[in-house]
Amino acid sequence: MLGGVDVIRFQNVGVRYGLGPEILHDVSLRLEEGSFHFLTGASGAGKSSLLRLMYLANQPSRGLVSLFGHDISTTPRRDLPNLRRQVGVVFQDFRLIDHLTAMENVALPLRVAGASEAQVQEHVPELLSWVGLEDQIDARPPTLSGGQKQRVAIARAIIARPKLLLADEPTGNVDDHIAMRLMHLFEELNKIGTTVVVATHNKALVTGFAHPRLHLADGELSVLKAGSPFPENIDQTDGEGLR
Amino acid sequence: MRSAPVLPLTRDASSRFLPWLIAFMVWLAAMALAAVLVLSSFGNQWRNNLTGTLTVQIAATPDGQSATTEQRLNRALDILRKTPGVLKAEALPLKQISDLLAPWLGRDVVTETLGLPIPRLIDVKIQPDANIDVAALWERLNKEVDGTQVDDHGTWLDKLITLAAAVEAIALAVLALISVAAIATVVFATRTSLTIHHEVIELLHVIGAKDAYVADQFHRHALGLGLKGGIAGALLATATLLGLGSLWTGVESSLMPPVSLNIWQWACVLAVALAAGGISTVTARITVLRALGRMP
Repeated sequence: MLGGVDVIRFQNVGVRYGLGPEILHDVSLRLEEGSFHFLTGASGAGKSSLLRLMYLANQPSRGLVSLFGHDISTTPRRDLPNLRRQVGVVFQDFRLIDHLTAMENVALPLRVAGASEAQVQEHVPELLSWVGLEDQIDARPPTLSGGQKQRVAIARAIIARPKLLLADEPTGNVDDHIAMRLMHLFEELNKIGTTVVVATHNKALVTGFAHPRLHLADGELSVLKAGSPFPENIDQTDGEGLR
Repeated sequence: MRSAPVLPLTRDASSRFLPWLIAFMVWLAAMALAAVLVLSSFGNQWRNNLTGTLTVQIAATPDGQSATTEQRLNRALDILRKTPGVLKAEALPLKQISDLLAPWLGRDVVTETLGLPIPRLIDVKIQPDANIDVAALWERLNKEVDGTQVDDHGTWLDKLITLAAAVEAIALAVLALISVAAIATVVFATRTSLTIHHEVIELLHVIGAKDAYVADQFHRHALGLGLKGGIAGALLATATLLGLGSLWTGVESSLMPPVSLNIWQWACVLAVALAAGGISTVTARITVLRALGRMP
């Protein structure tokens, strides 16, 4: 990981909520541009907290967080939206807006960024078609299956061509076949230069793809090479049959 | 293609009750404002009509001889007209005095048959810039025509104007309180909506929406609700004021000037509706921006 441009840099980062115990301790990491990492760890290990720091939903209690070379603690608040627009996030629970159509949900990052209606009409149907939802453009989330919702959520995360894609348990709600398709989609995005972090506790998924791992245990992070043996404490209930 | 609003604010319960609350507050505010404007007009009219005037009362002679009273009246008129600063001094005709007393004593009060010793009144107009010493004038008149009284209306006029000013101040205070209540209501409704739509707002925040993007949606929604309620309240207030105006025309009183609002005063009253929209918009925007400012 040396020599490339750092998309994310954490240095001695600690996170605690209120007066509670520290969830993450002294986390230090560098993710260079175009890298692909899995983020693993048992439930409650702090994966979501780490991701929230990466997509700037939270501030660290201590330490340095740098995104695209910007130290978050010194970046003016008014400049943070522009940094967030370069990050695509796929949430475990999708977070689609129920009263908007699939088209409107996917178009949201473009509209927020002030894109023209012509750009929206050009790019959104194309992307929905790419993820196999060309027939569901006007469907609202409550009428979609789990896999379809997941694909809408992914389309929304990548519509604005983010430099960094963060996915929190993206395969948690889909079957193995869809999970494989999603992973190949992430790899395609990674090949065109997008830095990807996929949080999962699906052992089969992690072992099926040769990417390094960020492993969280008891709030401490270790960076493991691709193919490293799985620690004993990881939850292996998901995706056992996935190969 | 027109896309649906990202935040479904129209579905919130506050969208249903807020226009009614605003309509009620606008009605109250318009009534308070109308009261302020009317009382202010009253005060001005009282000042204009009665300041710069004196009423001199010539007591009737005890023998009731009208000829003697006429002589005393003419003597007083002569003194008054020669007093520097007096613009005009006119005796009230007996017919007018009779009309004034008619409600209490009947129409025959100054006729030969009844022949009561009725005092005569002189209406004195003073030059606006004149500074007449009323006490000295009174003393001089009494030397020449005993039993003369001079009334500059100051005592009761001051009390009346003070009373009107107090009521006006209370109406202004009511207006201010209604404004504060309106702001508090919009703040409460906006905070409730922020809580209801917290997840969508956090999503917008994460995908890079600026605070202004979210605030725009809230303030446009609040403007719509504020204007809807404001227009309803203003229409109700207009109907109420027109009704009160028509009732007032039936009240005969020389003290109470006719109640009517001029076009500018009507514009002020109706502007309360626009103010409701403005207050709602600004309050919602500030509330949202302050709440979002607490997010990272």
